[in-house]
Amino acid sequence: MNLEFTAEEQAFRREVRDFLATGLPDDIRERVRLGRRLSADDHLRWQDSLSVRGWLGVNWPQEHGGPGWGPVERHIFEEECAAAHAPTIVPFGVSMVAPVIMKFGSETQKRHYVPRILSNQDWWCQGYSEPGAGSDLASLRTRAVRDGDEYVVTGQKSWTTLGQHANMMFCLVRTDPEAKKQAGISFLLIDMETPGISVRPIITLDGAHEVNEVFLDEVRVPVANRIGEEGQGWTCAKFLLTHERTGIAGLGHAKQALRHLKSVALEIQHRGRPLLEQPHFRQRVVKAEIELMALEVTHLRVLAAARDGGAPGAESSLLKVRGSELRQELSELTRRALGPQALPFFPDHLYGDQELEREEAEHAALGAQYFNRRKLSIYGGSNEIQKSIVAKTLLGM
Amino acid sequence: MNFAYSDEQRMLADTLERLVADQAPTETDALHGEPSPLWGTFAELGLLQLPFTEEAGGLGGDGIDVMIVMQALGRGLVREPYLAGLLLPGTLLARLADAPQRERWLAPLLEGELRLALAWQETAARYDAHAIATCARRQADGWIIEGAKQVVIAAPSATALLVSARVDDGTLGVFLVPADSPGLERRDYPTLDDQIASDVQLKGVALPHDARLGEDAAEALAEVLALGRAALCAEAVGAMEAACDQTLAYLKERRQFGTPLASFQVLQHRMVDMHLNLEQARSMAILAAASLERPSDERDYRVAAAKAYCGEAARFVAEQAIQLHGAMGMTEECRISHYARHLVMFDHHLGDVDHHLEFVSEGLSAA
Ligand SMILES: Cc1cc2nc3c(=O)[nH]c(=O)nc-3n(C[C@H](O)[C@H](O)[C@H](O)COP(=O)(O)OP(=O)(O)OC[C@H]3O[C@@H](n4cnc5c(N)ncnc54)[C@H](O)[C@@H]3O)c2cc1C
Repeated sequence: MNLEFTAEEQAFRREVRDFLATGLPDDIRERVRLGRRLSADDHLRWQDSLSVRGWLGVNWPQEHGGPGWGPVERHIFEEECAAAHAPTIVPFGVSMVAPVIMKFGSETQKRHYVPRILSNQDWWCQGYSEPGAGSDLASLRTRAVRDGDEYVVTGQKSWTTLGQHANMMFCLVRTDPEAKKQAGISFLLIDMETPGISVRPIITLDGAHEVNEVFLDEVRVPVANRIGEEGQGWTCAKFLLTHERTGIAGLGHAKQALRHLKSVALEIQHRGRPLLEQPHFRQRVVKAEIELMALEVTHLRVLAAARDGGAPGAESSLLKVRGSELRQELSELTRRALGPQALPFFPDHLYGDQELEREEAEHAALGAQYFNRRKLSIYGGSNEIQKSIVAKTLLGM
Repeated sequence: MNFAYSDEQRMLADTLERLVADQAPTETDALHGEPSPLWGTFAELGLLQLPFTEEAGGLGGDGIDVMIVMQALGRGLVREPYLAGLLLPGTLLARLADAPQRERWLAPLLEGELRLALAWQETAARYDAHAIATCARRQADGWIIEGAKQVVIAAPSATALLVSARVDDGTLGVFLVPADSPGLERRDYPTLDDQIASDVQLKGVALPHDARLGEDAAEALAEVLALGRAALCAEAVGAMEAACDQTLAYLKERRQFGTPLASFQVLQHRMVDMHLNLEQARSMAILAAASLERPSDERDYRVAAAKAYCGEAARFVAEQAIQLHGAMGMTEECRISHYARHLVMFDHHLGDVDHHLEFVSEGLSAA
């Protein structure tokens, strides 16, 4: 057994680091570091930079223009990106719909959509959840009625992340209301410019505009925009979920959050000494650090298995549960470290153009971030649902 | 032993319950400037006089009365600065001020004509009220105050601030500083828990002799902070009650997989844990409220224990309330997120869990 990265993997890490030093614009790096809002343009500038380098399609095979990385390279890349304060690649196009199109799409669909994703021409959003269909996704009610060469789609999608920037949405719709729950679902690609679509912002408890409601009122979608057969949407959705779960532990983010926590706790004073030296607080940090060590090795074990051909199954549920808990704990400790300074709330600074004094800006996002991180245990399959998956598939309960 | 309310207390609780039940959530904008109509109602109901001794012009309410009020305000998520704008500065004023000072500031405070704020906190001192850097120098014609205070809750709506400062003879002084004093600069902002606060700079603020309230204020400040902590615990208990009620109602109403969420055992147990935290926190809030008249060692030990306990409990309830509401719990639109912010940020007022655990562990008896 050997836990070290190979010489090639270490060389790869240096290559990523070198690229990040120049390929990531400084203003974007600074906004991510301070937890401020990124504009659509910020995301695009960063993703264009990756695209030019040939690194945008992180999980794509080379034949489609991806770098052809294995799970270990992907892990190193994600870790380095988080450490450098790079924005997370908006996953809906690159990591979600692209693999589905590659696997289930027609040649025409592949030729049309895949290159557009790689060149950032389309911004995709994910139209799965509905007000009545969250954990029980298969109960979704958005209807698609066939009318000649078109479907007429009516319904409502909710929690659509960054839908305000999207020009395309992949959507689960019910094409057959008679069929058994999962069997009546199809996978449609919808142009957000189509008449009948309206997008309404949902403001979250940290004051951010991250998610939206999307209303569909008799939206006409060409049948040619369906991926796979009618009624095969659930198969596509399940396939996509396995992709959504890679990197789900958020290990790179957790490591970055721990580094950040330590720097804050070193700077904040308690009785004339750095807070990090206060035994009780220090022990909380130590526990998080050890949990992270364990999670990293668990993560690497899953990665190694995936590299050697095993498909990650319920193990990724374990990673998601513990990874989200750990990241939430780190955001809790960081908020706590600030003491009274965690109270001020500057939404116009975080999400607008208001500038703050240097020192104040350093801490301004940390209180709100704690609240934002509550989402980690809710989306992408809540932690309760993940545990049920583990109980059933891994433990046979 | 008797945990029942007196008849008067029962009536007080009922009145408050009705009052907050039909309150629209307070907009933070409305917390600036003039006292709101609700503050007038507080005055009419005698709530502004309640926590003060009769000799100070109050109704002589005790810790339990304050608990009843704060719990109702927490339950209704009423963000009027009852604690920060009235209770803390008012009781300190009542404790230290002489007759003319009372006449000038306390009487109108109790009438609801003005509000005050207590500027005790300095972030370099974290939650320690004594390790402060703000200082007061004696001059021939009065005082010069030099320093800065951070996160002074309710300062934007205060006519004057009670400012703690180290006096050149080594004692802790409390000074009445009108908000419009030359040299006083305020920067206002909303807080994550829907209140308003300020960072205050005091740049050579000149005050008359009679601006100092009493002499050494250390014990009076400790007493008032103990009252404040007990009051915060009660407020958190009220907010936890509401958060538990709303979460339970949501679990019963929301259906997934063809059945109410309330039918899933893991969620039932979680709900029970929330309830258990609420009841334990309630007990600690009662203990704190009932200990305010005890000798200061005992009072502070119990109050610190209560504040530490309620801090953990409030966070647990808040986090689970969000989690069990799913994405809905993450939205500004859903009331539960406001309760959650309130309950989590509770820990950042008047000392967090760690601060109070440290205090309790220093005083832990071996027996
Ligand atoms: C910030 C954010 C971004 C999102 N982005 C998107 C997006 O881009 N596209 C999209 O389609 N969706 C998105 N979602 C939606 C997300 O997928 C759902 O929130 C998630 O599936 C949970 O559904 P729900 O919120 O309706 O909660 P519910 O399903 O109503 O669950 C409420 C609570 O009950 C628990 N629960 C439910 N069923 C069970 C059970 N059987 N056993 C035990 N416990 C159970 C849950 O764990 C949760 O704690 C986003 C959500 C968030 C918070």
